[in-house]
Amino acid sequence: MLRLILYRLFYGLLTLFVVSLVVFAATQALPSDPAQAILGREAADPDRLAALREQLNLDQPLALQYWSWLSGVAVLDFGTSLSGGMPVSELLGPRIQASLTLMLVTAVIAAPIAMVIGAFAALRRDRRFDHTSSMVTLVLAAVPEFAVGIAGILLLATGGLKLLPAVYAGSSTEVLANPDQLVLPVLTLAIAVSPPIIRMMRASMIEVLESEYVQQARLKGLPERTVIWRHAAPNAIGPVAQVIALQLGWLAGGVVAIEFLFNFPGIGKALMDAIEARNLPVIQAVTLLIAAVYVLVNLVADVVGLAANPKVRVSSR
Amino acid sequence: MSTAATASGAAPAAPASPVRRPGLLRTAWRFHRTKIGVVLAGAVLLVAVAGPFLSPFSPTEMAGMPNSAAADGTLFGTDEVGRDVFSRFLHGGYTLVTIAVASALAGVAVGAVLGIVAGYLRNWADELIMRTNDMLLAFPQLVLALLLLSILGPQVWLLVTIIALSHANRVARVTREATLKVVEQDFVKSAEAIGVPRWRIMAAEILPNITSPLLVELGLRITYSVGTIATLSFLGMGLQPPQADWGLMINEGRTAITIQPWAVVLPVTAVAVLTIGANLITDGLSRASIGIDRGVEK
Repeated sequence: MLRLILYRLFYGLLTLFVVSLVVFAATQALPSDPAQAILGREAADPDRLAALREQLNLDQPLALQYWSWLSGVAVLDFGTSLSGGMPVSELLGPRIQASLTLMLVTAVIAAPIAMVIGAFAALRRDRRFDHTSSMVTLVLAAVPEFAVGIAGILLLATGGLKLLPAVYAGSSTEVLANPDQLVLPVLTLAIAVSPPIIRMMRASMIEVLESEYVQQARLKGLPERTVIWRHAAPNAIGPVAQVIALQLGWLAGGVVAIEFLFNFPGIGKALMDAIEARNLPVIQAVTLLIAAVYVLVNLVADVVGLAANPKVRVSSR
Repeated sequence: MSTAATASGAAPAAPASPVRRPGLLRTAWRFHRTKIGVVLAGAVLLVAVAGPFLSPFSPTEMAGMPNSAAADGTLFGTDEVGRDVFSRFLHGGYTLVTIAVASALAGVAVGAVLGIVAGYLRNWADELIMRTNDMLLAFPQLVLALLLLSILGPQVWLLVTIIALSHANRVARVTREATLKVVEQDFVKSAEAIGVPRWRIMAAEILPNITSPLLVELGLRITYSVGTIATLSFLGMGLQPPQADWGLMINEGRTAITIQPWAVVLPVTAVAVLTIGANLITDGLSRASIGIDRGVEK
């Protein structure tokens, strides 16, 4: 068990290293001149071009550029933003907090509800509730999340019903101060992450309900409620925890379109603003950050999966 | 070319192969969801393909005052520049569908080749392909696409390449698993024993036996492609103005959503219905393919 976890950890670190290479290669090591690409039409001015090249360390050899960038990243120094001149880490700090809040609120709301729906569908297998929830998850899983968000805006924020604000208006430091503005983004993200959790919970619960120990518990004459909550549900949650972790990782990338849609001041919006302004250090920082969260969460999901699997847990103790 | 076309057009060809009893597509067709999916996806595809010939205006010509929901002579009003929303809607699906299907096809093709090679050869090539795969999987698809498109500029070929590659490594995983099951079977061993070259075993023995999971993958990849490409266009990183494109229309129309909702409603509905239809077809296919797999294993 420990050896497996150490192996995964090493592999996760290696993956992070490769991810940093990809981000660096995509942004700074391209055959074309990044300084020219950033300035666009203004590149005609040789002074600005030279100044920007110096700021991005473009005059140094590639390996050295990468090294100075990576050693900065290691101590959370992502350089300075090209617009405004603020350090990138300072710029992103509150936005990371805002995005994390959004993700956490979503997870706290969506995961338990999705698990209950999945478990209930398993208990009502092949009855109306099961069929309905399976059809609804199939439909919702397919629709891109921004379309769900727009449907939410159209239904709840415009037209006859003006229940909720259509876009977020506020700073990134006081996200929780305006709960009504959070409803639509959280609802959209919750709908986007739930279908796989519901399906996994249903499948896992069905498998457990058909197992011999549940049969044994029933034969023993235990009340059905005890059978389900004490014997079935805890054993069904293992594989679901892994799916929940993976969905959280997906959220890190999934927030981009949603934050853009709702004008929510998180890292996704920061990335889109940075792309618009060709703000290279911010683009690098945000993509690296999202990928890092993704890798980390996958790692956690792996470990959770290992820990939840009694065969692995016991055999290599 | 399209999901609907593959599902209905290829069905008569299925009985020609003597191996499968009912044929994957015919089995899939028995599920209600497949039929609903074909109708939904088919309707959107019809709009996308026939739309440009039916539109009352050119997608870039001015038809009236900007952002009016009921301009004279227009069905759904005008957009933020004054172009006819309905005409832009009719013109805007073709690009999305073509790019999505092209990248899904390319992704499945590349992924299938990698997966078969990795699963059959089981040597350093397997290690190399699968480990590279794992690394690529560490990048969320959308963020990788945003990173490359923002630096290299939003171009259609780049869009297709990025989406296809990010599909390919996911398809390769599935194909490899499917290949591993087939490789153990006697007909592969017998082909090896009589000295059939390896590339022929892969192409003529393994590939025909993993078409079911590949078809399911194709459906899944088309669903994801439509979603991802629409999202990228919505973020302004796909097709560029003044092109008529559903994702881009949503991006352009969303600021005026309260005064002129049609400019957003029409393309969003089309994208949603198309993805739902494609996913229903895929689900039908995957149910059918699981059933067939059970039969073969016995």
